[in-house]
Formats: sequence, structure tokens, C-alpha cells
Amino acid sequence: MGKEYVVTLCEGPSCIHKGSRRLRQLLEKKLEKHGIAGKVRTFLSGCLGMCAKGPIMVINPGYVIYGGVTVDDVDEIVEQHLIKDNPVARLTVKESHLYNRFFRVFGDAKFFGKQMRIALRNCGIIDPESIEDYLSLRGYEALAKVLTDMTPEDVIEELKKSGLRGRGGAGFPTGLKWQFTRAAESDEKYVICNADEGDPGAFMDRSAIEGDPHTVIEGMAIGAYAIGANKGYMYIRAEYPLAIERIQKAIDDAKKHGILGDNILGSDFSFDVEIKLGAGAFVCGEETALIHSIEGYRGMPRPRPPYPSVKGLFDKPTLINNVETWANIPVVIIDGGDWFSKVGVGKSNGTKVFAVAGRIVNTGLVEVPMGTTLREIIYDICGGIPGNKKFKAVQTGGPSGGCLPEDFLDTSIDYESLAEVGSIMGSGGMIVIDEDSCMVQMAEFFLEFTQSESCGKCTPCREGTKRMLEILTRISKGKGQDGDIEKLERLGHMIQKASLCGLGQSAPNPVLSTLKNFRDEYKEHIYNSKCRAGQCKAMLSYLITDNCIGCGACLRACPVDAITGNKKEKHLINQDICIKCGKCYEVCKFDAVAKS
Amino acid sequence: MNEEYITIYINDKKYKVKPDQTIMQAADACGYHIPRLCYHPKLSIEGACRVCIVEVEGQRNYVASCAFPVSDQMRIQTNTPQLRRARRDIIELIIDNHPEDCHTCERDGNCELQRLASSVGIRARHFDGPRKQYEIDLSSTSVIRDPDKCILCGRCVRMCSQIQQVHNLTQAHRGFGTVVMPAYNMPMSESVCTKCGQCINVCPTASFLEKNYTQELFQKLNDPDLVKVVQFAPSVRAAIGEAFGIGAGRNMEGELVAALKKLGFDYVFDTQFSADLTIMEEASEFLERVHNNDKLPMITSCSSAWMKCMEQFYPDLIENISTCKSPMSMQGAMAKSYFAGKIDVEPKKILSVAVMCCTAKKYEAARPELEFNGMRGVDIVVTTREIAWMIKSAGIDFVNIQAEGFDNPIGLSSGAGTIFGVTGGVMEAAIRTAYELSTGQTLVDIEVEGVRGLKGIKEGSITMEGQEIRVAVAHGLGNANKLLDIVRKEPDRYHFVEIMGCPGGCIGGGGQPYPGVNSIPMDENMLAARAEALYSSDRKKTIRRSHENPSIQQIYKDFLGRPLSKKSHELLHTHYKKKLPKGIVPEAAKI
Repeated sequence: MGKEYVVTLCEGPSCIHKGSRRLRQLLEKKLEKHGIAGKVRTFLSGCLGMCAKGPIMVINPGYVIYGGVTVDDVDEIVEQHLIKDNPVARLTVKESHLYNRFFRVFGDAKFFGKQMRIALRNCGIIDPESIEDYLSLRGYEALAKVLTDMTPEDVIEELKKSGLRGRGGAGFPTGLKWQFTRAAESDEKYVICNADEGDPGAFMDRSAIEGDPHTVIEGMAIGAYAIGANKGYMYIRAEYPLAIERIQKAIDDAKKHGILGDNILGSDFSFDVEIKLGAGAFVCGEETALIHSIEGYRGMPRPRPPYPSVKGLFDKPTLINNVETWANIPVVIIDGGDWFSKVGVGKSNGTKVFAVAGRIVNTGLVEVPMGTTLREIIYDICGGIPGNKKFKAVQTGGPSGGCLPEDFLDTSIDYESLAEVGSIMGSGGMIVIDEDSCMVQMAEFFLEFTQSESCGKCTPCREGTKRMLEILTRISKGKGQDGDIEKLERLGHMIQKASLCGLGQSAPNPVLSTLKNFRDEYKEHIYNSKCRAGQCKAMLSYLITDNCIGCGACLRACPVDAITGNKKEKHLINQDICIKCGKCYEVCKFDAVAKS
Repeated sequence: MNEEYITIYINDKKYKVKPDQTIMQAADACGYHIPRLCYHPKLSIEGACRVCIVEVEGQRNYVASCAFPVSDQMRIQTNTPQLRRARRDIIELIIDNHPEDCHTCERDGNCELQRLASSVGIRARHFDGPRKQYEIDLSSTSVIRDPDKCILCGRCVRMCSQIQQVHNLTQAHRGFGTVVMPAYNMPMSESVCTKCGQCINVCPTASFLEKNYTQELFQKLNDPDLVKVVQFAPSVRAAIGEAFGIGAGRNMEGELVAALKKLGFDYVFDTQFSADLTIMEEASEFLERVHNNDKLPMITSCSSAWMKCMEQFYPDLIENISTCKSPMSMQGAMAKSYFAGKIDVEPKKILSVAVMCCTAKKYEAARPELEFNGMRGVDIVVTTREIAWMIKSAGIDFVNIQAEGFDNPIGLSSGAGTIFGVTGGVMEAAIRTAYELSTGQTLVDIEVEGVRGLKGIKEGSITMEGQEIRVAVAHGLGNANKLLDIVRKEPDRYHFVEIMGCPGGCIGGGGQPYPGVNSIPMDENMLAARAEALYSSDRKKTIRRSHENPSIQQIYKDFLGRPLSKKSHELLHTHYKKKLPKGIVPEAAKI
């Protein structure tokens, strides 16, 4: 008794959903009841990444991680762990490995074993609403170092040494971008943080901001100092209310501490950050569209050059980087470009954050060194495919990326290797697909997304993706025609080469990569009316086999009266009426309904 | 070698070109016309249609030649087989989402998309699919919006927001559902559209058209009970030849008079006559304001698009606007009063038609504020394009027609009335008369160069009775915007301001003929040629000042009395009112 504890509850989107906020309230009530509220500090942290095991609770000292905590567990945790210092073994998430500071805290879990946290180094460790927490972990030290010991040129040199590349997807060398923006002559310059994360299922930027907002601000301030800007914009989706709240608080706190505003830390450098909310258009993640949006226009891209580094926001030179890129900056400054350049592989240095989703045991957020293989992420970190299903493909780079089959599982995750096999790094979406998924439908899903998010400005993206989508829909409905594959390829290659912006140029990737890697599946759909995953309803028919005992369960369940048959006699499905809803298949207790 | 030039290679041929230009500009100079669609030299670079793509060595993707700058040693391919195929497919995609009604389309034979499709060789379709389907917006008196025909090149949006700064049109929605519309998908009639018709001029297809009154007019021309009277504006004669394949800049005044007679009009009058009348009234109003210390600067009121623009965006300047009706409306009023009396016909039996370079005049003619004795001054307004079509449709050989003269008593005009059609013309004409009215002396050097030319905002000054009169001229509503911001800030800076709603003045009106093959609407050379047609007509005239026009002197003697008389006020003057656009909160608009 008498020991002081810090209890962290994960407030990532998944854990909120699973009740982490409610748990904290309950916990505080219990602490009150037991009279130990003064000795236990509780706070909600940013996403820890172990979404599949949520809600996650971490108790320090001791680095004990509890997973799947329910309200019924709270009493036991308080009485056993917090009062008797006796951790509740049945709730712990345990495996062993150690790594850097983050893993000295969380090192016990295998989930973190192959990870390396640079951008997310503080996520889940600190209270994101406490600037003191951030300061205590060398927060704003990099900014102080830059302002006192380094010229803007030194900063850019360090960055170039680090080999850091843009984490928004394209992988442009960050140091070079900074250098260009610094070189552009103007009375006014801007820095922008692109937090318009829009890939379906992706939440890397959201987690980084929610878990450690000050890192992003510090990165932006360093960037502003390096290029000679005094004003920054944080462009963030309105759909991220918690992230907005956190970043606003962080800005306010930083101002109070003299870290933002005029004459920062007593230097003659002044910098301020303003939040601009995006209305949720995917295309606003494209830098020129984002700039238009901040300027108050409809978010549509414009041709480049001129690049924003020369002519950006309000026609002034503008440095625009993604959240994750900004979050890397303080580490590069403190630990040095040389150290940073040793992490990673080839021309891809440092780490990359991925949001892993789909058919995978541990869905969640991972940060791995460049050069980690897809297999390591999927099997070692995320625990493989659930339900003994077979792995089929992994989609990297979200709707703009490519679908890679099993043969490519040992591909190293870096910009060059992924591009070589027909996918992209993208901003970090990763969707795992198992044998139950139809690749035509996958392609259709992604293309539907990009088509409906196309800004409508350029012809290839607006009209071309629509025609591709129609062909895909036709194929998945069993009405594919000879020549459809060739048309998809002809349109796809044209759209890639002729579209105005990155959205259009990458929109055909899911189609072209599945055509390349799963061509047989397309052919089966078109020429044999067959969907091997059994997902395309038009190609599916339900039949009643001799196992039928005539119980009538299917007959009663059928919503369209397609099933006929007398009691205790074999029933029959009228294929002309059947809508393939699968109800009969679900209700049959005798395995008498078969899909074919 | 000259250092100002760089070397580029187009299709493996070496060229020396100027730096700081786009690939398209350089290729144009070297004799390669790269196909293009959304590009327009007067508008900002959009890079949207992707028709003008070219291959540049070292670039992973095709680049839009309209936007990409040339650099030294750049190697460009404009016509490789794969590029031709991509370009062809892009244009096919546009056509695949465009109505297949070329035969019945108003722009058949005059459509940039049609020409483009033909030139890249689209002879089969590969990607046919469902097309967009929207309702056509017929609500406006002047401008029809047909989103089905829209290919989303964005020219109208850029014209409306950048050149005219009206900001009525914008893209809305996303992906395949992207559509150009006024805010909140308001009908054009309720939107802030000023009816200037510039969107029609730059539209490559028939997505924007004037509201067509030709059928109604053909019908009425066959009505034996009506006396058919027509007037046409100065700038119509300067441009109508273009619709018949005659180069820009030929004055077709006599030919048009003859053609209108052949179409069935009983009397053909000249809007230039009432332009002279406008000057008499406007110059007198101006001098009155100066002498009485009334609200200055006085701002002209001839342009109907400007009227609508002013009522919705500049209601604080209403008192500055001249109360004079436009020449068209004055002419209509005179036809149905003075002239009706002369021929002893009941005014209601007169069909008053105006042929105008303008779409907004259709709106003006319907303005209730302009009615007198319960009548509209002008019953039907048709544009230069509509009358050209009517002449063709009626089988009249316009090119070889024998010229005829205007009818009297409201057909004679001075050179001052002629130049009304060009930006600065009203100002120049007014100065010629005001000077004499005020000083009693004839202004000898009557060509006021300061207010001529296509500069957006022009300034000039003249000394009258020892007082310096400072004047300013703006053409195009965007330039008007800039000039009026100056007026709001410095109300004493000018005495007299002329504003025309269209770039170039009426010669660049929204109802002028579509450009021919490979030429661009609103080209500066074309505007200059049209302007010159009017200036040279002015130079050739012996009477060049409105007050010297004997028909004008006659009408005041017989009918109106004197400028600004009671009768003048009844027939020739009007009033305006604040008409805030729908959805605009007055406090927010700060007006």
C-alpha cells in the first residue's frame, strides 16, 4: 500500500468505441470510494495501436498492459493492483521484447516487438493534453536547439542528411522541399500541416495528433524557422473533433509557455499556427487542392509547376508536409540526421506508420522501420489471418495503391520496392484480404471511392474512372464482355498518365494491380460466370441437396417465396425467383443448402 | 546566338524559342497547333480537359502543354501514336457523356467539341455508357443553362468569376456528378447572373445559350395587323459579317438594313439615333449635376448587365447612376410615341424589335421600370447571332445584298452615336456634346484618345469653363468592380464614369457571333477590328457630335421640347432600386 500509480486509458477511435472513456469515469469513482484518488493519476492517451485488443489500460510503474477491459473488471483492478500491488494476470497482454523508450514502457507485448516508434514515440505514453508531459520527454528541446544553435541552413542540412522523405505518399525528399521553399524569394511564406487524412480505414494522422499534438507543432515551428515563415496552417478534417480539440489546446498551451507567438523562447523568431477545418473532401489531401480550400475556394487541384514551394498559399512560397513528416522532425534534430539515416533501408530512411485493417487478427496502428517486410507486419506483428483462412492479398496505399498477392509478401516496405511491384507506400493504409474476398469487387470498391471523390475537374479522372467502374460492375454482375479487360487496361493506363493530380493518376492502381496479379479471377468472371470467392451474387446459385429432410425452415425464411416442397420431402429453390440473399443457407441445420 | 532564346525540340526538330512561356505557346509559335479545349487565352490556366497533353522527356506522365513551362533543351513530342490514342480516348470520354443530338443542336456546325472530335479522328466508340441527365434551366429572360451539354471545361466559371467577377457560376458536387450551377442550384432567373452572356461566348458547346426569340419573331413578322419596326445597335453592324464568313471589322450597316427589310420589317431605324438622344439627355443631366452640386461622379446607365450588377452589388451608388434609359429603350419609346404619331398609328399596333449584340437587353426590355403608358418600349430583342440565323434561314443572300439606308425620322445618327458600341465611346460622345453645351464652343480635337483602347480601366480629363472634369472608363464587370472600389473610397476623384458590362464594350457583347474555325472567342485582335469598324465610320461622318444631328434637333423641336423636359423624363428616363440577391443578408453584405 501507499504506492503511487499512473493509469493510462487509450483514447484511440477504436478504444473510445469499446468504452475507454466510460472506464476512466468508473475508475475515478472507485478510486474516490477507496480513498486513493490522490495517489493514482489517470489520463486518456492517444492511440496505442493495439486496437484489436482494446480497450487498452496501462498501469505504471510496472508497464502492465491490460486489454479487453470491461466495467466488471474495474473493481478487481483497483482492489488487486492499485491497492494490493498485485496485477490481474488474466487481463494482461503479455509477450516479451524490448526496444527504445517506448518499448521500455510497453516492451512486454509481442505486438510491439518488431515496431519502432519515432513519429508515434509519445503516443500512449503521455497525456496529450499536458504540455508538461511533453516537455518532460524532451519536448520542444529540438526547437530550442534550432533557435539557439542552428542556422536555417544547418536545419535543412541536417534534414537532408537524415534522408527523411514525405510521409504523405509520394516520398519527395523533405530536405530538398525545405531547401526549395527557403530559396524562393518572398516577403511572406507559409507552412502547412496536411492533416486531411481521407483513405478509408486510415487513422495514422488522427492518432498522431490525438496522441501527441505538440510534436506536430514543434515540427512546424522548426520548418517555419528553416524556410523563413511566421505563419502556419493546420488543415484538419472537421470529422476529427478530438484531434481538433487537442491541437487547439496544444496551440493555446504553447502560446502560454512562449513556445508559439512573438519572439519564441526569447529569440527573434515569431510563429503562430491557425487551424483550418476541411469539409471532408478526399481530394483536399492533394496539396494544391488543400491550398485552394484554405484560400476559400472549392478544393480542386491545379497543374504543377509552379509548385507550392514557389507559389503556394495566397501565391506565396509554402512548405506543406504531412502530419507524420512533421512528427519526425524533432527526432531528426535531437538525434541527428546521421542517426536517422541509419534506420530503414536503401533510399527509404526512418519508420512508417500503418493502419492495418481488414481480415487480420490484430487490426490497429503499427510503426515499423522501413525495410520491414509485409509478412512481418501481417504475421509477426498483427498475428495473421483469423479463422484459419488463407491470405489472398494486401492492399497498401489505400484507394490509390495496389493489391499484392502472396508472392509479394516478402517485399520490403520502402518507397522503391513497393513501386517496383506495382503498389505505393501511400500515406499508410494497409488492408489485408483473405480468400473469401473477390478481387473484382475489391477493385470495384476502391474505384467507386475514388470516382465519387474525384473533384470532377479533369476529364480522365471524372469520366474515365466512371467508365472503368461501369465495366467492373458489369463484370461482377456476371455481364462481363469479351474485351472488357483490355478496355480496363487501356483506360487505366491513360488515366494514370494523363490525369491532372495524384488522385486521378493513382485511381486505376487497384484495378490495374488486380488485373496483373489476379487476372484469372477476372477471366473466370467474364468467361465462366464464376466467382471463386462466392461473393458475386449474380454468379452464385443456392441449391438444395439430398441432405434435405423437408423441415421447412428454409421455406419459411425465404423472403421472396422462392422455395417450394412438401413436409418431409426434399425442397426446391426456384432460381428465377431467388434473390440470393442466403437466408436459406443460414437457417438450414442439415447442410442441405449448397452454394454453387 | 541571342541569349534571350532557349533551345527546345518539338517532334525531334530543333527550335529557338523565348523562355517564360508554356509549351503550347512555344508550339504555336513553331507552327504546331496542339489540340486544346479548356484553354482560353483570356482566362486563367485550368489544365482540366487534358486534351493538350504532350510527352516531355524525363516526365513520368503526360503534361498539359497549356500549363507546363518550356525549359532549355526540353524534348517535346506532340503527335506520337500513344499520345494520339490517349488524346483521342480523352475526347471520346467527353463525347460519351454528351448528348448525341448534334443534328438538332443550336451549335451544330459551330461547336468546338464537334470540330475537335473530328480533328482527332473519333470514328468509333469504345467506352459508351450512361450519360448525365439534368433539367435544362429556362428560367432566365436571357441566358439558358443546359448542364447536359456541359463538358466541364470551366471556361464559363472562369469568365464569370475572374473576368466579370460576378461569381454566379461554380462547379458543384463531385466525380461524375460534377455540374456547373449558380449557388444553391438557384434558377438563373433568381441567381446573381447579370445576363451579360459572356458564358455563352466562351462556352465551347451549347451549355449556355441565349433565350431564343426567333420563332416568335417570324410569327409576328407575318402578322398583317402590326407595323413592324426594328432598330439595331452600333456593334451589330461591326460583327454580323463574321457570322457569314466575312472577316472581323467590316461594317455591314447598309447590308443589314436591306436584309431586315427583306425579312419583313416595315421600318428599319438606327439605335445610333437614340444614342445621340441619350447623349443629349445624359450630357445635360451631367451638367445639371455639376451646376447644382448634385451627386457625383455620374455613372452611365446604358449597359443592362451593369444595371443588374449595380442594383444587386452596388445599391449604395444608385444615386450616382444616370437616370437615362439605354439607347435601345429610348428608341423603343420614341418608336411607340413620336414615330407612332408621325405615321398616325396606335402605339399598341407597333411591333418594336431590337437587334442587339447583347443578351442582357432581353432582360432590360422586360424591366417593368422602363414601361411607359402601360407599354414596353421594346417587344422583342434578338441577338446578332439570332438575326444572322434568321437571315440565313429566310434564304437571304446577305453577302451579296444591295445595301440600303435607314428610315426616317429616327434613323439618322452622328459619329458620336456610332462609337457607343466601343468601350469609352459613350464618354467620348458625351464629352463632345457636354463641352459645347457648357462652354458654347465647339470641341475641335474630338477624338479623346485617353478613353479609347482595350485597357481595363482608362482615365482622362478635359477642362470646361476653367474646371477640370476628370473621367474614368471601365469595361467588363470585373474592371467595373475595381473602378467602383476606387469610387467608393475616393468619391471626389472622378466627375463622370462610364461602365460597360462586357469586355471591349458592346462590340464584345454576349450576343455576338461565335468564332470561326480555329479562332478564339473574345480574341483581342477581333475586338480591335470590330472597334476599328466603328471608329472609321465615325471618322467618315460629317456630323460627329450628337447635338448637330438634324433629326435630334427636329425631335426636340417637334416633340420633346428640350433635354430633361417633363416629356423627356416621362419617356427617356427611369429609376433603379436595390435588388439584393437571394440568400444575401444585407448586414453581411455591408450594403
